Amino acid sequence: MTKTKYLIIGNSVAAVAAVSGIRQVDADGDITLISRETQHTYSRPLITYLLGGKVGEEQMAYRPADWYEKSGVNTMLGTEVTHVDPEAHTVDTAGGQTIGYEKLLIAVGGTPIVPRDVQGADAEGVFTFTTMDDADAIANYIEEREVRSAIVVGGGLIGLKSVEALIELGISTTVVELADRMLSATFDETASTLAQRRLARAGVEVRTSTTVAELLSENGRVVGAKLTDGETLPCELLIFAIGVLPATGIVQGSGIDSDRGIIVDDGMRTSAEDVYAAGDVAQARALLCGTNRCIAIFPNAYRQGIVAGRNMAGAEAQWEGGLVMNSVTIVDLPTISVGVTEALGEGYEELSQLNEVALSYRKLVLHEGRIVGAVFVGDIDRAGIITGLIRERIDVSEIRDVLMSDDFGLISLPAAYRERVLSGTVNRR
Amino acid sequence: MKRIRICEEHCIGCGLCEVHCVVQHSRSRNIIRAFREERDGIVPGVKVERDGHLSFALQCRHCEDAPCIEACMTGAMHRDPETGAVLCDTERCVGCWMCIMACPAGAVQRGASGKVASKCDLCIGEDVPVCVANCPNEALVLEDDGDD
Repeated sequence: MTKTKYLIIGNSVAAVAAVSGIRQVDADGDITLISRETQHTYSRPLITYLLGGKVGEEQMAYRPADWYEKSGVNTMLGTEVTHVDPEAHTVDTAGGQTIGYEKLLIAVGGTPIVPRDVQGADAEGVFTFTTMDDADAIANYIEEREVRSAIVVGGGLIGLKSVEALIELGISTTVVELADRMLSATFDETASTLAQRRLARAGVEVRTSTTVAELLSENGRVVGAKLTDGETLPCELLIFAIGVLPATGIVQGSGIDSDRGIIVDDGMRTSAEDVYAAGDVAQARALLCGTNRCIAIFPNAYRQGIVAGRNMAGAEAQWEGGLVMNSVTIVDLPTISVGVTEALGEGYEELSQLNEVALSYRKLVLHEGRIVGAVFVGDIDRAGIITGLIRERIDVSEIRDVLMSDDFGLISLPAAYRERVLSGTVNRR
Repeated sequence: MKRIRICEEHCIGCGLCEVHCVVQHSRSRNIIRAFREERDGIVPGVKVERDGHLSFALQCRHCEDAPCIEACMTGAMHRDPETGAVLCDTERCVGCWMCIMACPAGAVQRGASGKVASKCDLCIGEDVPVCVANCPNEALVLEDDGDD
């Protein structure tokens, strides 16, 4: 049996961060990294850029080509883990290997959702889009079938970035969104409207309050979709972008507690000794509400990976709580949203500024003297100052009047907090 | 590593740091040509914030646990292994602005092209960053924290 001090399952953000975290504490303990995917660690959010031709394959690498070697990581790419045994401190692979570990990190991410009740979803030309292999498969299909029209099911972030790639390729694209507006999970209504307007200008049709009921195919290939509102749309390609579920299947039967995701404490420890989880598969404490939630976003995955890695190597790192935040450019319209984007009831207050012509919008959501959320469309400069105030839960009641002013800056902040930011230690863990 | 300490009580808000930063990051490295011909293509990495008599010059804090590096989805934002400076590899940056969302100091900007991030690089190749070297009142001071 092969044995390793640190075993990491996964090869994306949380896994890479965990390697860094381990190396900050332990310069030479063996690290083995197993991944089902075959590629060198790549930037997952770039897959839509790859499809759209905005970046080439050589730009996909999330870390330089010699990174594993320089970090002292032994890789087993293209290897699937089928079973985790926390008692024995081993994992089994699909190839029949058993690997022993001292500390294990599960950072396997999520699995895209395909609706089970949609007839015809197994037709050719129907894809999900979360991996580099998906990007290649979609690109090949587009080329082979000379695809000119597509439907993207789901108006969230993955859906939107997929749309952007497709229109970049000159493919006429329709978005089908179940909610009454796009980006309903990350935007307020005004921001959704601005985003939709920008997409309309780019020729993208958005159908809201409906979804696909059935896919139509000819010769096994998708040719259209029947919507729940009765309408039928033709298409030569269809992408399901309706969300991702934590890939908890890996811990089934292992005795490791999972809910929606694998449950972890503030040290990224699971219920099993010496087993950690981080990234999109993990269900960790959220900063604002305090409960354990899955917040599948890139910066959380990185921070969780660092915390897990440091702790696996014997340090005492603490997860400070997850905060929802997204930065996404829609065609050429930059947007950022952080935390709570709409007043949740009494005690909440909203400050906003809208310029409909310029497609520019800024909004802050306040609760009990603190900023708990923000939305920026168009004018995103210095948005991070607000993110910092949310994350550090700074009382802004004294500076409420200047929060929305044009010359708002670090200089507007309470002196004690400003001093922490200027010293560069506000993020120190 | 080398760090720039900001002394707001010494800052007179003159803006010379911004001027020298622009010149340093121009092709010509000539103050007249930089401002007459190249100014539109350069976003200075230092910015003076002013509010009445209070002012200070702010550039990237090159944080130890840098949120911009953690949030960067491409790996473009990285720490220079030799100097410890936080740098953006503009060949790999796609302008997703995760760094702008994450930086608590608001010290990462959209570059002049609007397509890649721009920030203080601590003046690569210079012993002393030009904003520090040209500050008339020691409102920016270079320190070495001895940590590498």
